Order: sequence, then C-alpha cells, then structure tokens
Amino acid sequence: MKYQPVIGLEVHVQLLTDSKIFCGCSTKFGSEPNTQTCPVCLGLPGALPVLNKKVVEFAIKAGLSTNCSITQRSIFARKNYFYPDLPKGYQISQFENPICQRGWLDIAVDGGELKRIGITRIHMEEDAGKLVHGELSGSSDGSGVDLNRACTPLLEVVSEPDLRSSDEAVIYLKRLHQIVTWLGICDGNMEEGSFRCDANVSVMPVGSDTLGTRAEIKNINSFKFVKQAIEYEIQRQIDQIEDGGKVVQETRLFDPNSGTTRSMRSKEEAHDYRYFPDPDLVPLVISDEWVERSRQALPELPEQRRQRFMDELGLPLYDAEVLTANRALADYFEAGIAAYSNAKAVANWIMGEITRALNDSGTAIEACPITPGELAALLKLIDNGTISGKMAKIVFDEMWCSGKTPQAIVEDKGLVQLSDSNAIENIIDEIMAANAGQVNEYRGGKEKVFGFFVGQVMKASRGRANPSVVNELLLDKLRG
Amino acid sequence: MSIFDMTIHELHAALQGKQISSLEATSAMLERIEAVEPHIGSFITVTAEQALATAKTADQLIASGECDLLTGIPLAIKDIFLTEGVRTTCGSRILHNFIPPYSATSWEKLRDQGAVLLGKLNQDEFAMGSSNESSAYGITRNPWDRTCIPGGSSGGSAAAVAAREAVATLGTDTGGSIRQPASHCGCVGLKPTYGRVSRYGVIAYASSLDQVGPLTRDVADCAAMLRALAGHDPKDSTSVDTPVPDYSASLSQGVKGLRIGLPKEYFIDGLDPDVQKAMDDAIDTYRRLGAEFVDISLPHTDYAVATYYLIATAEASSNLARYDGVRFGHRAEADGLLEMYTKSRSEGFGSEVKRRIMLGTYALSSGYYDAYYVKAQKVRTLIMNDFISAFANVDVMLTPVAPTPAFKIGEKIDDPLQMYLSDIFTIPVNLAGTCAMSIPAGFSVAGLPIGLQLIGKPFDEETILRAGFAFEQATEWHTRKATI
Repeated sequence: MKYQPVIGLEVHVQLLTDSKIFCGCSTKFGSEPNTQTCPVCLGLPGALPVLNKKVVEFAIKAGLSTNCSITQRSIFARKNYFYPDLPKGYQISQFENPICQRGWLDIAVDGGELKRIGITRIHMEEDAGKLVHGELSGSSDGSGVDLNRACTPLLEVVSEPDLRSSDEAVIYLKRLHQIVTWLGICDGNMEEGSFRCDANVSVMPVGSDTLGTRAEIKNINSFKFVKQAIEYEIQRQIDQIEDGGKVVQETRLFDPNSGTTRSMRSKEEAHDYRYFPDPDLVPLVISDEWVERSRQALPELPEQRRQRFMDELGLPLYDAEVLTANRALADYFEAGIAAYSNAKAVANWIMGEITRALNDSGTAIEACPITPGELAALLKLIDNGTISGKMAKIVFDEMWCSGKTPQAIVEDKGLVQLSDSNAIENIIDEIMAANAGQVNEYRGGKEKVFGFFVGQVMKASRGRANPSVVNELLLDKLRG
Repeated sequence: MSIFDMTIHELHAALQGKQISSLEATSAMLERIEAVEPHIGSFITVTAEQALATAKTADQLIASGECDLLTGIPLAIKDIFLTEGVRTTCGSRILHNFIPPYSATSWEKLRDQGAVLLGKLNQDEFAMGSSNESSAYGITRNPWDRTCIPGGSSGGSAAAVAAREAVATLGTDTGGSIRQPASHCGCVGLKPTYGRVSRYGVIAYASSLDQVGPLTRDVADCAAMLRALAGHDPKDSTSVDTPVPDYSASLSQGVKGLRIGLPKEYFIDGLDPDVQKAMDDAIDTYRRLGAEFVDISLPHTDYAVATYYLIATAEASSNLARYDGVRFGHRAEADGLLEMYTKSRSEGFGSEVKRRIMLGTYALSSGYYDAYYVKAQKVRTLIMNDFISAFANVDVMLTPVAPTPAFKIGEKIDDPLQMYLSDIFTIPVNLAGTCAMSIPAGFSVAGLPIGLQLIGKPFDEETILRAGFAFEQATEWHTRKATI
C-alpha cells in the first residue's frame, strides 16, 4: 500500500528582546548560571509577572507577516506541571485566545508551484530554565538548575497539518526562519536553540481522508535533523502498520546521533496541564490602532521584495530569490544599485565574487569588508573602461584584503587600462614586425593565429590593453 | 492612658509632642508582647532587636522634624508578607526556613514612612482557614475569651490589635480573612477593592481574590493606614492606577441622606440572635444619624461559598506548586526527584492546605474544568452583576460579618463545611472584587465582640470609612478592651 504522510510543525522562536518576558532581567546567552535572575523569574513566593511590551510588539509583527489576525483581547494561561527547571510549577503561556490566529504562508514546492500552509496560531510564552548535570552543577553526581533562561520570551508558531513530505516541512521551516530573522525578532540560531521545532507526524493510506494517529517528535534543532527525523518517523509508522501493528499516540524524542526517534511518553503518561487563565495578568487588549501602527512599521517582507526585484529591476527569479535570502543581503544589494544602476551587474557580483569571498572567509554579509558603495565604484570603473573585468577581479581581491577604495588600488598598481589607439597600434606594429611568419600564416587563411597575437599584445601591455580595442585594431592590421 | 492602648493618631501626637519616644513606645510594646503572648499566640516571629533599632532611627527623624504619621509607630504584620532578611513562613512548615531576599510593596510603604516592625503574625497556613487553627506554629486565642478562636486567616493580626500587642496590623483577605477576625476580636478591619493595594511580595493564596488591608483600633487609623498602603504598583499588573483620595479628610462628613442597602439574603432565619440584635441596633443608630435604608437583593448569594471554593482552590493548587523543595523551603531527604517532591510536600503542608490543593487540582482537571472552574467563573460574573445592580440604588450595604460570634477552639476543625460557612457573608465581596469593612457593633451575651460589615462600591472606600466613622462616633463599642 502507498502511504501519505501528514505533518504539522510547532516552532519555538526565541525573541530578541533585551529583557525577559515577565521581569527586567537580561536575556543574554552564556552567562554564569543564575546571574540573570530576580524574584520573578526565580518564582519566589509573592513575586508577580509584568508583561514586557516589546514581546507583544514582536508577536504582532510575526502575526502580521504570516497573515494572521491579531486577537483583540488575548489571555495568558498557566500550564501546570512539575519539573525542577520550572520554578513556579507552571509555565505562563497562552491557551485560549492566543495573540495571533488563522494565518498562512505560501511555500514554493516541486517545480516552483505555490502551496499554502495554514498557521493555526502563534502564542507568547516564557521559557523554562535548564538543568545542569555532573561537575558543572557543583558536585560530580549531582544536578543543578540554571534559571538564566527562565522567563525568556518565546513565540510558538503552530502550523496546520498541511505539510505532506519532509521536504515541504523543511521549506516551510526555512520560510518561517527567513521571516523571523528578517523581522529582526529572532537571531535564528538553531544550535543555541533560538529557533527549534517539534513535528507532529502521521501517515494514512493514499486517497484516504481519515488522518492516522500522530506522534509528536521533540528536540529537533537543525533543518537537516527535521528532514531526518520526519523521514525516519514516516518509515517507522509505515513499517508498524505493514507489520500489522498500530501507531500509538505518543511523544517521541529525536536522537541526532542515530538519526532515529524513540518513545518519551505515551498518551496515558501525557500530562494534564490544567490550563487556566493566569489571574496575575490582566487580559491583553490590542487596539486596531496598535495593529495598524505595527502594520505600517513592518519592513518590506522577503516575498514582496523578491517580486519588486523582478518587476522593477528586471532580475530573473533565481537572482531575486538569492538576493532576498536574508534582509542584510537584500539591503546590501539595494545600497549597491543606489550607487550604480546596472542591477544585473550588481547582482552578478554579489552572487559571484562577494558570496564566494564571504563563504571562503566565513564572514556574514553584515561584516562584509567591501561596502556596497565601493562595489559600485568598482563596477563603474569597468563600465567607463578604466579597467577590464579581469582586472576588476584583481582589484576586488585587493579591496577585500586591504580595505582600500578601487580607485586607490588602480592608481597604486598602475592598473589603468590602456585604451589609447595610438599606443596600442605601436605595440601591434612591433609584434607584427617581430613575428612576420605568423602574419603570413594568418593572411594565408590560418585565422587561429589571431589568438596568438592577442596574447602577445596583452603580454606586452602587461595586461592593461583594452581587449576590445586590441581586437579591433589587430583585425584591421592583420587583414592589411 | 497606657502606651499600648493608644491609636496611631494618639501615639503620633505623643511622639511629636515629645511626651514619649518611639524607643519607649516600642520597648513598652515588646514588654507587652512578652507578657501577653503565652496566653494569646499572635506572633510567629518577634523582631525585637530590629524593632528597637528602627525606633531609634525614627526618634532621630522625629527630632529633625521629618516625620510622617507612621514614623516610629510599632506595627506588626501577618507572616504572609515577605520581609527582607526576616523569616516569612505563611504559617506553614514548608517555609519554616525561608528568609526572603526582598520585601512586599505594602510593607515597604509603611517601612518607608518609618514604621517599626514588631514582628510577624500568626495566621492560618497559607491563609486557608477561618480560625487560625491551621497554623503550623500553634493556635492563636481570642483575647476576649481564650477558649475561642480569634477568626482567620488573619487571626494573629486581629488578636494582636485586641490584645494591645501592636498599635495596628496588616492582614490579607481572600474570603473574609481580615473582616471575620476583626469582627471576632472587636477591631476595625478593611478589605480594600481588588487592585487598590499591591499584592507584590504577598504570598499568594488565590490571586484573583487576595487583597491586603489594615486592622486597627478605630476607623480614623484605618483610613490613615489605607492611605499609606493604596496606590498603583508597577510590579503588580492587577493593581489599578487610579488616584488615592485623602480618606481622612472626608471622615467626619456624616451619613445624612446616605442610602444604605440591606440585602435580604444576609438576614437569614438562622442568624445568631446576638448578631441579629447587634444589626438591629446598628440600623437604629444609622437611622438616628439620618441615613436611609433600602431593602435590596443579591440573588446569587447562595452560590457564593461553592463558587469561592472552586475558584480559590483552583488558583491555590497552581500558586502552591512552587513549594517543591527545589530552590527554597522545606526539602525532605529522598532518593529520587519524584520522591523528593512527594515527601517534601507531604511533610511541609498541613491537612487543610492539602485538601484545598486537591480540590483545586480536581476542578482544573481535563474533563472537569468546564463543569467546575468555568461554571464557577460564570457564577462569579452573576455575583458581580448582583452587586452592580444593587449599587445602582444604594451607596453602601450593611450586613453582618459572620453568622455567629467567635466559636470555640476545636469546634469546627473537623467539619470543613461548617468552617467554610462561617464566611458566607464575606466571600461574595471578594468574588465581586469590591471593598468592605468590619467595625465593632456590639457584644454577645457571652461577652464576645460582634462586627458589622459595610460594603462599598468598587474603589469607594471613602464612603464606607465615612459611614464607619459616623457609627463609631455615635457608639462606644470600639473603646472596650479585652482583659487578659
């Protein structure tokens, strides 16, 4: 039998606020354990949460960028369970009436076709702390609790079960990653857990419209692992059914070392979280004006920008897609074309030389040593014939290393292109005189020798001769 | 007049007039506490050394003329308020070793005026109880009759005022925990409107119902204490940002023309005859003072106790989850995590607390949530609406505080339902979120105090204080003293 996988993703997005969601403590990563805590995030008796407005602003941005409606009166709820990293014995989250509801994202699937993936909801919540085992905890066999991360703001983005393959899941996840980093609300760092994902996976016979029993897979922290975990899980469920068994509803843990998933807890062992509205926080009322202000303040999103690059600048889809992979790259490109209007040339250089150099040196576009203005200046030098494209690459490398302007490099190295016809003519005359044999060969019909002459002229001019002038004059002279 | 009989205003005048120093007043209070405590048990912790040090500082302030009303006044507060560096138990064994690193906003406000902290007062464990019998630190006795309970959960706060162990005290009121003990001990006790006083640093029992308030010798002191406590606190999202009136300024405006509602559901057949008589007398007094009475109805009163015991316990079951032995408080010796949780909580909590945690956990459980918690919230809305409708026609309401005077120690401890019913007249006010005050209004044949409850509109503490003050001026109940 053929099976159809059905996948939904729950993505946790850690927000880039300076302070925590319900207290003023810093959210900085990697500090000494328990140095960024206060009575509120320690869950001390008597402490009360106060909502960080920035978190709400970020949530609204995320919602508007994923076509959600913003809930006018949203509610915080307590999710109750015991664990040592959860200081209050409950997590403040949202349950009924989350801040964003009913959105969608279009993703490009096989052959560039667009597919709409529903977003059920986006809600705000606080992160838990983390457990530290062994030596770090202060005793070799003990465990400690580090509450620096407790109360760090998260968004949970829950998709509809609209994804049909691991590839679709990865495309959707990348799209979401692109948006939250583009908005500047998340650093997108998957290794540090700033962007992490749980996957709900089930399978059903192709053609069926009854969903199979799903398993929830936790702890997936890279795009590669998402693909791996989902594919493993799909096959595991199919094998289970084919062997005459049944898929049970459970929570499973992905093990990146083996690429497999294993059962964490069954439905029977599932927590009853006893959600109820948190009486310490008043309902969050978001006015239409607030939503409108946020909408106005939204940056142009990747999709819109890509379309504009195609419509207004005439870039092909591939270029537009690459240049809008992240906001900094797109901004770089735009700054470049502001100084030099040949968009295709700027695009080629960014996708070519700049990207190569960034990759080779492991540099982010934000830290690119060559400014868009300097790149534009380089392209202008090619355009006005000062240097050739080939020379430009030498200049580029020098710019990258020294940080000098292209004009300065061209002057310092005497790289100015030789376009003066008289000077080139003189060189040609000398070379033809010195190679009479080859001249005769050419004139006898052996046109291949032409390349030899070009090479000789370029060599004699130490590469500075303008190639098109050389070509033109050589043809003239050789034909006699 | 002996020092410990003075009100805040009297002592303040004496301090300013240099008839007495704060150090003398504080020392006298500490001696009084030492003498009386073996018979009463109002305190869990007495902070003598700290009190004397604060008193000395207060005397310097008074000498320099930089003196607030509360500067140098010896106060005591319920052990539910966090006090930086001073053990805070909330009446529970699970916090027997808890020394808070910060202080409650409400206590900070008094401290910043230079008030002297005598110590932390006994209470029902986690404020769950109506008799102070559920404290892990011993019972508190009623100063008027030591075989009786003082009421609860702020029993220590009321007993300390009645036994002259503090000039005034702080309590908290979730379902009557200030008003009922104030009534039983013959002092003034005010539960402000929800949101009027910050809850930050007050150990939570039921967050949507808890409110901080003063217990005092008279209404004027109560008004002054509320003025000091009230106001928006950025650390408490549920505290409300509305101006705080000068409650003392309007006290003496009288009650002529004041419309007082008598909710028929509060004057039931089973009402104790002594309580009934005190109410009848109070109504006569108010009539003489020119108030008008209006018969009103709060039709959902019958459902209040049931509603309260679902909402309060649901919130409590979650609020008390943090007492898990991991970071502070009592931790039992155990082999694994689950055993550590179970043993710490089993050993740390008393039976009433356990009962309420279980009730609340049940009410929130999947499959029962709609039938219990959600339904209770709906009824709560109906009860609120009862008050809104009734207040359209009256300025305040007058009711008994409790159906009976203080009962005997041990009388209801094994019958939770009977115990819960002692709060039937106070609970609806918490559910409605409005303000109410208990003032002394008579004595039973057996000599126990009886309080009367004045219920006001939300954020209109001014009117109940004014009505209470008028009553106090016309009667002498508040001047009687318990002899110990």
